[in-house]
Amino acid sequence: MRRGLASAIALAAISTLVTRARAQEVPRQPGAVYDADKKGEAPAPAPKRDLTGVWEPAAGASAGVQANGAGLMPSDGKPEHELPFSQLGRETFRAHKPTFGVTQVPSALTNDPMPGCNPQGFPRVVLHNFRTSRIIQTPENVVVLYEFNKKWRVIWTDGRQLPKDATEPTWGDPDPPESRWWGYSVGKWVDDYTFVAESNGFDDRTWLDNAGRPHSDALHVIEQYHRLDRDHLEMTITIDDPKMYTKPWVAEKLRLRLQSPKFDIREMECAPIETEEYNKEFADPAAGIDSK
Amino acid sequence: MKPKFVQHAVWAFLVLIAVAPVWAHHGNAAFDSDKRVTMKGTVTEWFWANPHCFLQFDAKDDSGNVTHWVVEGSNPPDMINHGWTKAALKAGDQIKVTVMPVKNGKPIGRIVAVVLPNGQTLDGGFGAPPAGRAAAAPKQ
Repeated sequence: MRRGLASAIALAAISTLVTRARAQEVPRQPGAVYDADKKGEAPAPAPKRDLTGVWEPAAGASAGVQANGAGLMPSDGKPEHELPFSQLGRETFRAHKPTFGVTQVPSALTNDPMPGCNPQGFPRVVLHNFRTSRIIQTPENVVVLYEFNKKWRVIWTDGRQLPKDATEPTWGDPDPPESRWWGYSVGKWVDDYTFVAESNGFDDRTWLDNAGRPHSDALHVIEQYHRLDRDHLEMTITIDDPKMYTKPWVAEKLRLRLQSPKFDIREMECAPIETEEYNKEFADPAAGIDSK
Repeated sequence: MKPKFVQHAVWAFLVLIAVAPVWAHHGNAAFDSDKRVTMKGTVTEWFWANPHCFLQFDAKDDSGNVTHWVVEGSNPPDMINHGWTKAALKAGDQIKVTVMPVKNGKPIGRIVAVVLPNGQTLDGGFGAPPAGRAAAAPKQ
């Protein structure tokens, strides 16, 4: 009896510590540095007009993984996270069958356009799974290399303007119009520590996030990078799509931490041959489908 | 030798840490999220790949009946962040596994915890609460 009581007390005590343990023992990449490692630090001032480096979510390796949809507006049924859908936006959202969020279905029944190694595109790469990323600046552009599915994109800083017609996008002669999975992006410094990029010209087959939030070919994304100090960058993503939403909404605000320039970004490649094996052995039978 | 209740408490602690995860992009709908099954088994395959790693093993009950299980972990980068490696398991290894089974009754599930042959216990690699967004981050 006494032993049983002691066991119960021990279990209860340990249970109450779980939340604290989670906060302190976040999953981490070997070699990465997080804010929790540097409590009380006084970072050096931010360099001017400089985003270069390897950036990692400052709170831990999974802080940018947003399974239930855009980080600030997850699909969790809470009124404060209700998106400003237009009628078309709501109908399109209801037609989507994501594997997460309040409208989730088993993975074998999803119509998510990404599984099977199809492009997640932008902004889903940052609203679903922002992982370690390297930013490179050249005189003509800012290039972002993303770990998730090993993708990259270019933000032009050479003075060009966004395509005027988002539904027939082109950089102009001699390029013929074509919508793109990753859109067309231009950016500029609005002050010495704030870089703002805008994107349009998207292929509307992608989703905004992992919870099936829709976008149209009129999508316009505003992306702000604010350099807080030498070690921190704050990324803010705003969605502006007048066909799907009645007003712009802020989807994500994520604090990033600078890593060593020698930090090696791990390979995270989606290989169709591996996905096929995963579906055959696990995902299909889990959903009651026998594909063997 | 640790008292048995301490061993149980440590096991419960590890399971509790793993049960409120952030999955990557393959959802929860097929799983009985409140159910846990713990069993001992023999590894038949450890598949290290995207989108998710999976483990196949044979579990033998007290009557000697063998059931073949297929259980998934997270993707390789997340598994590494949770202490796993591609070489963590191989066919023939004896393990203890706690899984979240699927609702359809098949011997399929998600890894909640695995005790490796070396005694180390690892979770399924499924992240942690997405804390640390800018609004909640400490001020400079």
